[in-house]
Amino acid sequence: MEHIRTTKVEQVKLLDRFSTNNKSLTGTLYLTATHLLFIDSHQKETWILHHHIASVEKLALTTSGCPLVIQCKNFRIVHFIVPRERDCHDIYNSLLQLSKQAKYEDLYAFSYNPKQNDSERLQGWQLIDLAEEYKRMGVPNSNWQLSDANREYKICETYPRELYVPRIASKPIIVGSSKFRSKGRFPVLSYYHQDKEAAICRCSQPLSGFSARCLEDEHLLQAISKANPVNRYMYVMDTRPKHRMQSWWDTQKDIGRIIVRISSKIWSDERITESDEKKRLNAMANRAAGKGYENEDNYSNIRFQFVGIENIHVMRSSLQKLLEVNGTKGLSVNDFYSGLESSGWLRHIKAVMDAAIFLAKAIMVENASVLVHCSDGWDRTSQVCSLGSLLLDSYYRTVKGFMVLIEKDWIAFGHKFSERCGHLDGDPKEVSPVFTQFLECVWHLTEQFPQAFEFNEAFLLQIHEHIHSCQFGNFLGNCQKEREELKLKEKTYSLWPFLLDDLKKYLNPIYNSQSQRFTVLEPSTVSFNFKFWRNMYHQFDRTLHPRQSVFNIIMNMNEQNKQLEKDIKELESKIKQCKNKQTDDILTKELLHSIHPESPTLKSSLCFKEQTLLPVNDALRTIEGSNPTDNRYSDYAEEFSKAEPAVVSLEYGVARMTC
Amino acid sequence: MEFSELIRTGRAQAELLRGPEAPPLRGTLCVTSHHLLLSPGTEASPDLWLLLLRSVDSIEKRVAGDSGTITLRCKDLRVLQLDIEGVEATLDIARSIEGLRLGDAWHFHPPERYYQRVARETNAWRLSEVNEDFSLCPSYPRALIVPRSVDDHALARSAGFRQGGRFPVLSYHHAPNGTALLRSSQPLTGPQKRRCAEDEELLRAVLVGARPGARGFIIDTRSAQAAKQARMTGGGTEAKAAYPGWKRLHRPLERGRPLQESFVRLVEACGDLEQSMDRWLSRLEGCRWLEHVKEALSTACLAAQGMEREGACILVHGAEGTDSTLLVTSLAQLILDPLSRTMDGFQELVEREWIQAGHPFQLRCAHSAFSHARPKHEAPTFLLFLDCVWQLGRQFPLSLEFGEGLLLALFEHAYASPFGSFLCNSEKERGLCEVRTRTHSLWSGLNQPKEQRKLRNPLYALNPLAIWPSVEPQSLRLWQGLFLRWTRPPEPSETAWEKVWQIVTDSEKTEGSA
Repeated sequence: MEHIRTTKVEQVKLLDRFSTNNKSLTGTLYLTATHLLFIDSHQKETWILHHHIASVEKLALTTSGCPLVIQCKNFRIVHFIVPRERDCHDIYNSLLQLSKQAKYEDLYAFSYNPKQNDSERLQGWQLIDLAEEYKRMGVPNSNWQLSDANREYKICETYPRELYVPRIASKPIIVGSSKFRSKGRFPVLSYYHQDKEAAICRCSQPLSGFSARCLEDEHLLQAISKANPVNRYMYVMDTRPKHRMQSWWDTQKDIGRIIVRISSKIWSDERITESDEKKRLNAMANRAAGKGYENEDNYSNIRFQFVGIENIHVMRSSLQKLLEVNGTKGLSVNDFYSGLESSGWLRHIKAVMDAAIFLAKAIMVENASVLVHCSDGWDRTSQVCSLGSLLLDSYYRTVKGFMVLIEKDWIAFGHKFSERCGHLDGDPKEVSPVFTQFLECVWHLTEQFPQAFEFNEAFLLQIHEHIHSCQFGNFLGNCQKEREELKLKEKTYSLWPFLLDDLKKYLNPIYNSQSQRFTVLEPSTVSFNFKFWRNMYHQFDRTLHPRQSVFNIIMNMNEQNKQLEKDIKELESKIKQCKNKQTDDILTKELLHSIHPESPTLKSSLCFKEQTLLPVNDALRTIEGSNPTDNRYSDYAEEFSKAEPAVVSLEYGVARMTC
Repeated sequence: MEFSELIRTGRAQAELLRGPEAPPLRGTLCVTSHHLLLSPGTEASPDLWLLLLRSVDSIEKRVAGDSGTITLRCKDLRVLQLDIEGVEATLDIARSIEGLRLGDAWHFHPPERYYQRVARETNAWRLSEVNEDFSLCPSYPRALIVPRSVDDHALARSAGFRQGGRFPVLSYHHAPNGTALLRSSQPLTGPQKRRCAEDEELLRAVLVGARPGARGFIIDTRSAQAAKQARMTGGGTEAKAAYPGWKRLHRPLERGRPLQESFVRLVEACGDLEQSMDRWLSRLEGCRWLEHVKEALSTACLAAQGMEREGACILVHGAEGTDSTLLVTSLAQLILDPLSRTMDGFQELVEREWIQAGHPFQLRCAHSAFSHARPKHEAPTFLLFLDCVWQLGRQFPLSLEFGEGLLLALFEHAYASPFGSFLCNSEKERGLCEVRTRTHSLWSGLNQPKEQRKLRNPLYALNPLAIWPSVEPQSLRLWQGLFLRWTRPPEPSETAWEKVWQIVTDSEKTEGSA
């Protein structure tokens, strides 16, 4: 609380982000230890969690007050005008402090208290059990086993303790391979396809340099391909664009050559024997070369495949561009599409999808195991492995399965959530929307296969909300080891049970779990299947969304159908009972009479009339009916009431009118 | 001329390819007067495959060895390929199709109920039969709704002052506040700045009839510049001084050639399955189709808002008053009037505001996007209207009683139809061609019970409010159901729709039995 100087400011204006005539709501701004709260004159509340704040900006003073623009990680953008500069400055400073915490212990999750006791908390954490998940996949089995090599995080700090490796891969091989791989992230099992007996494995890039090789690593890859009894060859997918790798490779070589040239001069002066010189030159050059990709000559039965997913920096600036375009007031259709194009965002989404499809096809069609890696094996690799498994296995398309998938391929395998989401005040260059892209790919799949997923869009949005909220412990920290050190399971709560409590909100009413067609998804990646995800990037811009929600209606109907069917059955059984008795009329009459006034059927059909809607999901922000002033054309219309100007060109040259 | 003369060969063995998603069909190909038939023989399903010859937009033939290939591009944007055995047979069939697709087939029916509704709501309007013999205005229907206080003589004078005789008539009466939506063509002010007392009186009477002191807005669908230029050729705009109480707004809407080109480019872009993401987005931007959708919707919203919010009367016109004018008036009604959002109401709206109002369907929809012939009157204005309606339906999924199916059906029938509703350019022509006696009406065809499940929106619930759409680019979508109809797998969305239907019917059933 030491950061908060002003807790309440009155007469604050909240500007409409897309209005061209500065429409606003007036209300009171409150600052609490965890939230910023705005209550407008209609008593509507806008809550903003401090951890959601990505940036706060104080604009130049205007006649009406001091503007304060807050951008949130969940893509909410609010624009306040605070009447007094002093208040604005206080709030600005407090928010700067509160939104960027230096220590994990100051995050909301450590103070969030949903009134649960310890055993409930523990149960919540035990909801997702990865050992159980590997068992479901069918491992350990005759080809794959649990390795205890990383039990103490000795080999790889960013991997989980439990890792599954080919049975024939011995510990020395694993240790050797891990030394050859960046950050020690050696090839391990991510998903095992029981029918095809093929595996998805993941690792980081090899430190191969010019010609360096690692026999243990080669052995481990051999072991993976041998663990597949059907197909001897395997794929190694490098998810990085090849052109980038090559240009990088070339510069490394150049640097190497320069070093060689310079050093050979020095050494020739020093007159060192030839053999010595060669050795040292090699070492120098190797060090200069550093990391790369596997040298194809050293690995047999392996097919290399590059799929071009760009790195975290490209993705970050792409999203940045996308948000800039969409934030423009009075955006024209042409500017929107050219902005969408130049941001490259959908191209990147398509690249991730293409990679996942390649992976799924390799397993389904060719029956081959696949090893996926990028640089460190925790960003693009997580995207591709998890999305590929989602295509292959319908379990991951259920609510529970999706949670398991995130726990396995993202949380356990060390996707650096805290750095990528900027939980703490750290290096802004480490922030990147890698997980958001994954969610977007899943959303695209739900659009193409509306019946294949048990959950709906709101579920994805809610998860996105919480990777940034720091309200639950799941996404804190960068790897399992760090999470254990933070004692998250004792000090914080798990998100998943809370999502399950509200399960109704997240279910897809037209989900079809039986259909055979949806066992393996084969999405189309023709460009026009990729659309801008308005409900994500404009979640809070109410006026841009459809004004009526089909989802709620269908969900309600489904619920009511079930209820009514149950009632009918109940009544039928009662009638049967009555008939069976048939003892005397009076009794039946009495019974009917007694059923009637409080008949469940009547009650529920009354419910139907009253349209008792399920709680409308906040994240979807749908409203029934609408108001012309919500939309931007109303801004022209205000010209209706103006005095008669000769020729007026309206803002942004969108419309011109003459009188 | 008998159609049979055009048929050069009766039948041939052929294989039909219908795009990447449908399996090829093999069988005997037959050409009849109106249809192309493929009977798949015994081994496959006994169903005949049928194509209306008038829906063929362009035809290409290629011969190689002893077989030939005919590519048919249809007005509904489908591309079909026929592989035919025998060179002679290929050429004969191609020639037969070529000859027959241009021949005319007929079929029709009408309403004039709208006045009855207006008369129930207000006394300010009357039904005039001044155009009984189409002498005042060849593109208007016989009966028109005009202010009660204006007599037929004055109407005749006003008609003389408007291009093509299209004097201001009532398009929609907004009962909640008594305001009126009118449409006309441009006044013939010309370089001399002519005036017409009767025309001025007519518009004054509109304001008086609505409410004492009511204001009016004239929405000109051309830019101020274009309207000024029109004066040189005898057209122009209403002079401010001559029409007290009326104020003019210019909202330029694309029409004619550029609109057709926009459509052609969009369809081209949608046909390319191999293009990169960047290329697709830049083509989507470059064709400007969604920009036109946005402009049309926001102009309609402006008109609707003028009535609902400002309590003003609105007159819409461009130059001829048969294209963008109708686009704006019909969309504005859809936004304001809950009745026009029902199945019947929408069909009546299309009949009244497009067919009867003299949108020249024959000129505008003779060809579609693939045709090599590019006549200068071609323009997908009606398709733009349907797209805007689809956007409304997406934003208000519970407020329209009809679904995408009806819009697709209207699109198809506007370009090629076994019914007579969209034939000819005006009521006058339809009278001369005896369309009503010799053809069947589309509406009677559509309203058959077996069609309903395809056309209706199962989730419809009457929404008595005006529906104000968002016109931000983020809120507008490409109408995939139309533009990507033949290139994307229809299955998932269709089964999903089927499931929604099932849930709704289940709910009706259980509620009924409960």
